[in-house]
Amino acid sequence: MKPITVLVSVDSNSVLLGAREFYKQLVELVKEYNFDSIVDVLETGTLGNYNGVTIAIMPDDVYYSVKTKDEVYKIFEEHILKGRKVPELEISKQKIITYKPEKLPEEYKIVTRNIGKINPKSIEEYIANDGYFALAKALKMTPEEIINEIKESGLRGRGGAGFPTGLKWEFTFKTSSDQKYIVCNADEGEPGTYKDRLIMEGDPHSVIEAMIIAGYAVGATKGYIYIRGEYFGSVENLRKAIKDAYEYGFLGENILNSNFNFDLSIRLGAGAYICGEETALLESIEGNAGRPRLKPPYPPQSGLFGKPTVINNVETLANVPPIILNGAKWFKSIGTENSPGTKVFCFAGNLSSRGIVELPMGVTVRELLALAEGASGTSNLKMVQTGGIAGTFINEEKFDTPLDYDSFANNGVSLGSGVILGVNDTHCVVDIALNVMEFFRHESCGKCTPCREGTKNAVNILEKMKRLEATKEDLDYLIEISNLAKDTALCGLGQSFPVPLLSLINNFKEEFLEHIEKQYCRANLCKKVEKKKVKSKFKL
Amino acid sequence: MISQSEIKKIVEEARKEALEKQDILIYTLHKIQDKVENNYIPEESAKIISKELKIPLSKIYEVLTFYTMFSTKPRGKYVIRICTSLPCHVANGREIIEAIKDELKIDFGQTTKDGLFTLEETGCLGLCGVSPVIMINQEYYGNLTPEKVREILKNLKGGEEK
Repeated sequence: MKPITVLVSVDSNSVLLGAREFYKQLVELVKEYNFDSIVDVLETGTLGNYNGVTIAIMPDDVYYSVKTKDEVYKIFEEHILKGRKVPELEISKQKIITYKPEKLPEEYKIVTRNIGKINPKSIEEYIANDGYFALAKALKMTPEEIINEIKESGLRGRGGAGFPTGLKWEFTFKTSSDQKYIVCNADEGEPGTYKDRLIMEGDPHSVIEAMIIAGYAVGATKGYIYIRGEYFGSVENLRKAIKDAYEYGFLGENILNSNFNFDLSIRLGAGAYICGEETALLESIEGNAGRPRLKPPYPPQSGLFGKPTVINNVETLANVPPIILNGAKWFKSIGTENSPGTKVFCFAGNLSSRGIVELPMGVTVRELLALAEGASGTSNLKMVQTGGIAGTFINEEKFDTPLDYDSFANNGVSLGSGVILGVNDTHCVVDIALNVMEFFRHESCGKCTPCREGTKNAVNILEKMKRLEATKEDLDYLIEISNLAKDTALCGLGQSFPVPLLSLINNFKEEFLEHIEKQYCRANLCKKVEKKKVKSKFKL
Repeated sequence: MISQSEIKKIVEEARKEALEKQDILIYTLHKIQDKVENNYIPEESAKIISKELKIPLSKIYEVLTFYTMFSTKPRGKYVIRICTSLPCHVANGREIIEAIKDELKIDFGQTTKDGLFTLEETGCLGLCGVSPVIMINQEYYGNLTPEKVREILKNLKGGEEK
């Protein structure tokens, strides 16, 4: 190792802030000044800061956030050449995530333990940080012991539904079959969610290691990572990681002399939100249109190609190796009783400091908002959507709700995929509701009527409301559509579009009524429209 | 247009990566579409794929029309995918959409007369740390403003004229 290491975050968000250019610039500067033998410039994952690109100088443990090439040069000139810090660009390690550290909960890194620390393209660095040690340990345990450890830990699905992971594994283990599968659900499409992408880009091996452990535990010898077709960068990192894992003997035949075989392959989605629903995802791997199946049977009984299948989310899987290494007891000591462990939260929308943070379960919305440094710019926060597009919209009254798997049942606040989406006061609830419902109308697969027709009708009513023409009956009908879909839709998508819609109507009823009774929109976004409407502004 | 032998080669390569023989259809379609100049799957190609993979043509069209990343009609050289999901919408995404539509004089689902640009809507691209975001072919662009996006489009147009 060289005396000085410079770490540049080059995850996909940072790349859009110029991370690649900054990295290249630093490499060239090091060469130009003949510092090759002293300074190492390395790429790493995200540290959660998106006010600029994070550059860390080790072993000084100093973190900078840069926006321009000049700033990069300044850091090189001052810090690396002259050994002086550049205070105006420095962010304290705390500040990367927090803003009032004395009051705020501290990050607890399990899932993101390696991200921002190691080069995700290097399997050696992963191994040096206890990587594949959990696999080695697991292969000496019996499948029952592994399943028990995961069950004991209380780990639950981090994709949104929160089903106990150990039970999923146990059901699959107990179903006898000539072939079983492990599938990683990396079809991250829940608007506002980008944690899985950053986990795969920052620490791909943790997901691979967990899948091999799962395979050994349930008796599966084949696995798929189903990833979004649009996630080009993540796909590349994963491919490289899988190739390396094969070369090092963690994948393939007779893994670590255990007689256990496991093959892993990547499959791409092609732009369908519905494929995040587990049975639709399976259909898609099988080469079909991604329409959900009727459940039961559940995938542990009859999943991919009709065989028993474990489907776990990326974040869920990334928890597995640390649980195997440190034990269920350790994991249970973090978070809340019903929801042990941590959650990776994604800050999105009108928030000052966007990025991801990992915190113990049970953190409140208010604490998270403080970490995100509140609303961006000069506007105020009007509402927050928690949990993703299928999650709840809440106002300040509910900001003190602790987020875990019980917060939806107890307080009507979704944990979902961990999104904290800020919406400022320049926005109108009707416009927000319309955007949400247009999304669901577009993504409805059309298989069942409550969802296909329900989303369409909801959009029509909301458009009417936006034109300030809706009546009280329309609003009642909107509520009726929602309740109907909640009770009768086939899959998770159809059953959950009512969640954001009803939470908006319930928490912001007054504003909906203003549109109906007073033909008034506070945000001045909804207006009456002349009767003669042109469908498309442009004609070809 | 992509030749029969090229398609055969892609299918052969995909077969090597298959864990089960039915699992490569979507993967193959991606690979072929990437190689076709106008970012779509021509009918001729679909027929060859059907023969090679022994999958009925009707089934291939079911898949092609279900997934938004595939197209059965020619698209522009640059396929612009604009995120219309809420995290981009609340971060002034609407202005970005208006600016692009105005700059190119087309609506969603349309292609410019010169065949350069096709405009499409997409769901969340998972780059909400830097929203609003768009994708042009395989490149992402974030923290956009109407000015920035007009400049990006002008640069692409300019590059073509040279």
